[in-house]
Amino acid sequence: MEIQLENVENPICKGINLRVKSGEMLVIAGRTGVGKTTLLNIIAGLTPYKGRILFNGKPIDHLPPEKRQVGYMFQNQLLFPHMSVWENVAFPLKAKGLKGEVLKRRVKEALELMGISELSDRYPSTLSGGEAQRVALARTIATMPKLLLLDEPFSKVDLGTAKRLRLHLKRIQRQMGITTLFVTHNLQEAFEMGDRIALMEEGRIQQIGTPEELLFSPANHSVSSYFGNPNIFCCSGQKGLPFGLAQADLGSFSLIVPWSGKRILKVAFFPWNVYLSQDPPPGPNVNRFKGKIKEVEKVGALIKAKVQIGEDFITVELEDSTLKQMDLREEKEVYVIIPLRWIKTFEAEDGV
Amino acid sequence: MKKNLWGLIPIGVALLVWELLIRLKAFPQALLPGPWDVFLTFIELLKSGELGVALLRSSIRVFLGLFLGACFGFFLGLLMGTKRSLETWFSPLLSILYPIPALGWLPLLILWLGIGEKLPIALIFICSFFPVLYNTLRGIKEVPQELIWASKVLGASNLRTLREVILPLALPNILTGLRLEAGMAWRTVLASEMIAIPSGIGAMMWKAESLMRVDVIIVSLAILGIACFFTERFFIWLEKRCLKWKSN
Repeated sequence: MEIQLENVENPICKGINLRVKSGEMLVIAGRTGVGKTTLLNIIAGLTPYKGRILFNGKPIDHLPPEKRQVGYMFQNQLLFPHMSVWENVAFPLKAKGLKGEVLKRRVKEALELMGISELSDRYPSTLSGGEAQRVALARTIATMPKLLLLDEPFSKVDLGTAKRLRLHLKRIQRQMGITTLFVTHNLQEAFEMGDRIALMEEGRIQQIGTPEELLFSPANHSVSSYFGNPNIFCCSGQKGLPFGLAQADLGSFSLIVPWSGKRILKVAFFPWNVYLSQDPPPGPNVNRFKGKIKEVEKVGALIKAKVQIGEDFITVELEDSTLKQMDLREEKEVYVIIPLRWIKTFEAEDGV
Repeated sequence: MKKNLWGLIPIGVALLVWELLIRLKAFPQALLPGPWDVFLTFIELLKSGELGVALLRSSIRVFLGLFLGACFGFFLGLLMGTKRSLETWFSPLLSILYPIPALGWLPLLILWLGIGEKLPIALIFICSFFPVLYNTLRGIKEVPQELIWASKVLGASNLRTLREVILPLALPNILTGLRLEAGMAWRTVLASEMIAIPSGIGAMMWKAESLMRVDVIIVSLAILGIACFFTERFFIWLEKRCLKWKSN
């Protein structure tokens, strides 16, 4: 289902124009309190607004929330505490008039899809954060909605669980082809999940585009400042390789990057997508380099390190907890691994 | 179970001390008969059927009054909780009427209804109506708005949201209100029977007072205590049954 917002306004959201293609996952990113949740509430029909919203070209502004048939997963999960997991998932299906064997089958399918069949008799108060999140997701997608609204769905679970759930969600979303609006304040999540990203600030959408477009061609200062300090390198030369890859020369080192055939101008990757290892990592020697730690800085639960490779520096961000055993200190030699899938390239418009 | 049995020990000790004091003639027997004599009076009242009839009459009044009061209170609470205009209208009235003790209505009700079966029922009605109304209203208001939103977004109509989300979540408050007022209903029935109607446990006590039958008064008080206890237990059981999800 294609979604279109035309001049949508309310006291928090200002002049929102947006078009989400059928089956697309659009991430609405931005700092806390910029109006992301309000935008979802508007689309779900929970908050009054001016302007027009169209589902597949038809205006739906007159419809109350229960008639809009969107799947909305709230930030706080909002499971019904007096219902078991089974009853929670069955709730939207019953509201649609399903009963008997069909109802049972559909609940079973939704529970199996999220891998939580064994939880069906439990009550929400007995679930862990990750389990509750899965139940909420199962309940949201049980009715196979044409539009999915997800408000910071993984903010209440630990990082490992969030990562697993993100992959799971992305797979399901692709499989079912549900148009999805995914709200997050987490930049890493935005880049991992989004086909496109809409960056919001002060109730307005600052820029919509692919992750690469936002990263390499930020529309204004607020967009570029949101990204912090990604590792961006200018490409001085390139060599085409098979399978849509190219070798990009970036000064002191070369990276294997995804390539569409055009001239590569810049290459970027985020500090949290870079891995460090004390020993030579196993596997093929692709995008791995020996470097020397030059700076280590602790920022909250994270460690930021600057690693020197030849004459260049790479910023790396690591979780403090997972790296307790690694004795990170300045002048130590480490191996740097830059996974191919997280590398973004900026290519020239005019071809090779 | 074990805990309950331990609780019986202090009662046994109190009865023993009481019997001992009577045997030692510490009190004139006419003013305080011993527990054994009281027990014999209890058996005698039971055999004659007097106690059974009195208890039945009082119980019917308590049950009817509580039932009607709870039904009306719940219904009006529901309307006020779901229609803001009704809440705005009735809230000030409720704030004034709710704090008046049920027995405060007695003189007025005697004049309006006369002395008869309706009087204690009307008193107990008032006794349960206002608390149930208040607690239903509060229970509904305390259901988080987000859960109501969630229900609507999941496709539930207003009626389904009320039936399956709002009411079950308001139930703890409603049941607590009922439990607290059930004991009060017994106290009210006793008072109204003493003052206004010549039947039931209260009337039996009042008659016993004029005949200096302290043993009958003590039997009546004990029966009242036990009735209150079991009514409250019933509501606790009901709360546990209806609110399984809370204890889980």
